Amino acid sequence: MYPFKYQKAATVRGAVSLLGKAEDPKLLAGGHTLIPTMKQRLASPKTLIDLSGAGLSGIEQKGRNIVIGAMTTHAEVAASPVVQQAIPALARLAAHIGDPHVRHRGTIGGSVANNDPAADYPAALMALGATVHTSKRKIPAEEFFAGMFATALDEDEVITKIAFPVPGKAAYVKFPNPASRYAIVGVFVAKKGSQVKVAVTGAGSGGVFRHTAMEEALAKRFNPKSLEGVATPAADLNGDIHASADYRAHLVGVIAKRAVAAAMA
Amino acid sequence: MPTVTLTVNGRSVTADVDARTLLVQMLRENLHLTGTHIGCDTSQCGACVVHVDGKAVKSCTTFAVQCQGAEVVTIEGLAQDGKLHPMQEAFREHHGLQCGFCTPGMIMAAVDIVNRKGAVDEATIREELEGNICRCTGYHNIVKAVEAGAQAMTGKVPARQAAE
Repeated sequence: MYPFKYQKAATVRGAVSLLGKAEDPKLLAGGHTLIPTMKQRLASPKTLIDLSGAGLSGIEQKGRNIVIGAMTTHAEVAASPVVQQAIPALARLAAHIGDPHVRHRGTIGGSVANNDPAADYPAALMALGATVHTSKRKIPAEEFFAGMFATALDEDEVITKIAFPVPGKAAYVKFPNPASRYAIVGVFVAKKGSQVKVAVTGAGSGGVFRHTAMEEALAKRFNPKSLEGVATPAADLNGDIHASADYRAHLVGVIAKRAVAAAMA
Repeated sequence: MPTVTLTVNGRSVTADVDARTLLVQMLRENLHLTGTHIGCDTSQCGACVVHVDGKAVKSCTTFAVQCQGAEVVTIEGLAQDGKLHPMQEAFREHHGLQCGFCTPGMIMAAVDIVNRKGAVDEATIREELEGNICRCTGYHNIVKAVEAGAQAMTGKVPARQAAE
């Protein structure tokens, strides 16, 4: 790992100011993607700005939204009675990221900002219609994710919290890589009133995406059977040593059916 | 060079470290606490698991500077007054090790599981040990040891077994 300068922000404003002044900075949340990336020399920021002291951790229910601070760990989301009660699918998703030790450090803000194409949280944000609150604005999930490892965030922008509207029914099912536990395919299904959203992670070459053909079929009738015959074109999907694009396309159909069944249970 | 002050196994320690120093490096190289191992160095294997403020973390994926002011417990801090911790005793009793390389991380993870979940059954233990890899594949006795250690720590048998 190349050397860097470590700075710790006491507030969000402080973090923004450091981002503006520091040489080649990166924000440090839980570090569970950034540190391995720096070890491999795939990233070599000159400055790391630690957000752990900026007061960005916590979970609360605000009206019909569950609001989760950016530095809240996966373990905290998984164990939160508020999340378990209002959006059990989200608590379950958090409980299956990585392993227990990873969940004690990894954060929702870090995961969302990184937008790994195989990460779990982006699917939840897209399907639930979440809003990303930052140091300067509010960004709907739909506009936030901008392709593999890319987001709408500016260089001097810090995610502060994420607001999830409480759905009527929701479920997330993933087909994890047996070694890394990252999603080979993960599907988050959410139904609110008559609207159904289906978000797919792990499969798309541009990162997380909405499966509109499935959404239309499920809006007519919310049942796994509605997905029979709904095609998932393999052309825009990832293929790698773990799974070909054709296999991922097949998995999207299977996992989506399981997610709808789980949401109905 | 940043100065880091933290409590390790109840003792306050201060060290000047390069910012890129991982917690596991500080423990092993500055404090000579070599019980914590570096296995894969890619946050997969769990040989480096220690407790930071009461939670099991992978010390190969944590910078020492992130632990400023934290309470760290390593495998060396479990035994009290020359007496093994009940989880260590259970690993010895059930031979929960073969080569022993993964053992410190396994035991720290096991204590964390019991702290969070109490007396746990076999299925829960296997699921919770997801982040700890034994290259000897000696999981059978490890799971038995964790089960016994959990009972010794809590004085309870797991709910599912008690019902049988």
